[in-house]
Amino acid sequence: MAYLSLIALLPLAAVVARSTEGGFAGFWKAVSNPQAVAALKLTLIASLVVVAINAVAGTLIAWVLVRDEFRGKGVVNSLIDLPFALPTIVAGLTLLALYGPKGPLGVDLAFSRAAVVLALLFVTLPFVVRAVQPLLLDLDRETEEAAESLGATQPVVFRRIVLPTLMPAILAGSGLGFARAVGEFGSLVLLTGNIPFKTQAASVLIFSQVESGDVTGAAAVSVVLLLLSFVTLLGIGRLAQRTLRHDG
Amino acid sequence: MGRLAARGVALSYLALLVGVPVGLVFYRAFEKGAGHLWESISTPEAQHAFWLTCVMVAIAVPLNTVFGVLCGLVLVRQRFRGRALLSAAIDLPFAVSPVVIGLALILVYGNRGWLGGWLTDHGIQVIFAPLGMVLATIFVSLPFVVREVVPVLRELGTDQEQAATTLGATPLQSFLRITLPAIRWGVAYGVVLTTARALGEFGAVSVVSGKLAGRTETLTLQVEERFQAFDVTGAYAAAVVLALMALVTLLAMNAIKPKEAS
Repeated sequence: MAYLSLIALLPLAAVVARSTEGGFAGFWKAVSNPQAVAALKLTLIASLVVVAINAVAGTLIAWVLVRDEFRGKGVVNSLIDLPFALPTIVAGLTLLALYGPKGPLGVDLAFSRAAVVLALLFVTLPFVVRAVQPLLLDLDRETEEAAESLGATQPVVFRRIVLPTLMPAILAGSGLGFARAVGEFGSLVLLTGNIPFKTQAASVLIFSQVESGDVTGAAAVSVVLLLLSFVTLLGIGRLAQRTLRHDG
Repeated sequence: MGRLAARGVALSYLALLVGVPVGLVFYRAFEKGAGHLWESISTPEAQHAFWLTCVMVAIAVPLNTVFGVLCGLVLVRQRFRGRALLSAAIDLPFAVSPVVIGLALILVYGNRGWLGGWLTDHGIQVIFAPLGMVLATIFVSLPFVVREVVPVLRELGTDQEQAATTLGATPLQSFLRITLPAIRWGVAYGVVLTTARALGEFGAVSVVSGKLAGRTETLTLQVEERFQAFDVTGAYAAAVVLALMALVTLLAMNAIKPKEAS
């Protein structure tokens, strides 16, 4: 307990304390300055876009990995974990190599908002895939086969039988991905250029505020981020409990 | 047809997002020949960064492993008020941005932080020193072992331990001979995840390090520093070292996973 407090709890309490140093008015002033609002808005919108793409792409990838057979599936399967294993700064650099100014594709996304979304897509790739995969593996094929023999087309089977079963996992994976996307920093540093009002995400703003000595402002934006991800995690916890109850 | 289309879309998405970019970094790093690459990763600063990264891992991983197993035991075996709260607190590092973690450490251990005065009086520097970077690394990699150990412990139950106790085993004996062997794959997987995270931490370490080359610069920080200094090839070289370390952890992950399942 002491270990947890010294390393994690006490420092986070200090952030909250520091953010309200100037009373609630001071906190509100720091959070509502235009640059902070723009950064928080970008973080929120980009994270939501990423969650939506992940929910679709992640489910599709999981489906292909479970139901399809092809050479090299094992390699593809371990490729999914690469974003977890790869340091985020390296992730940013790799994306810059392909989608940056001198990339071989001739597409230059560097320093644009699309780059923010791209970086977040990379680091959150595994969450939905890894949440959906075990459920798909356990899914009983008999129900689907019964539906098909009764004349249901494949899309209908997917929508009415497979998707409802997977929904809790998709939501849980999306939630984790969202929490991760909101706080992401390393992969954004090199790729987005951190232009205020355009590509500066909230975590990057906090970093530059700390560097320039505006610790109270940084603490205020941090508290907003903390609240966002904490609410998301609580939501996932609730969801998990509800699913467990239905199982029992 | 639907199956093939799905496969095509899924594989192209993965290739464009992960496969090709990572491959390209390796290509760029080796473009000017292996000799050039070696030169770039064997400079004194690069060597120091490599060792500092290894030291971070060597300190953070064992501490978090011991903490993780203890905490797992407490969470699964004991009933007390605030257990749900403790569980949520352990997950915090997953939910908190690394930059916020760095800021939090500065506010407590920095010069003007809560404990700053006391630390300065005793001549201990935490922020802008390796000690602070170790704290940051421990913070970000805290939950992994706990999260892997808890489900295994829950499934294990206490029957065997109770049997051992009735046969006269001390708590320590029953832990070492029964509990620990039963949860070893869970612990191992947690250790691999902790290592991966500790190796690659950038945000939190970046905030507390002060980035003094040859003193408080880890490999991840060096990637950024070299890139900002327009030494792009150097940045690719340092990135490749990190990527190779990541690949090793990835292989370890895959080697452990099937054993855990069986």
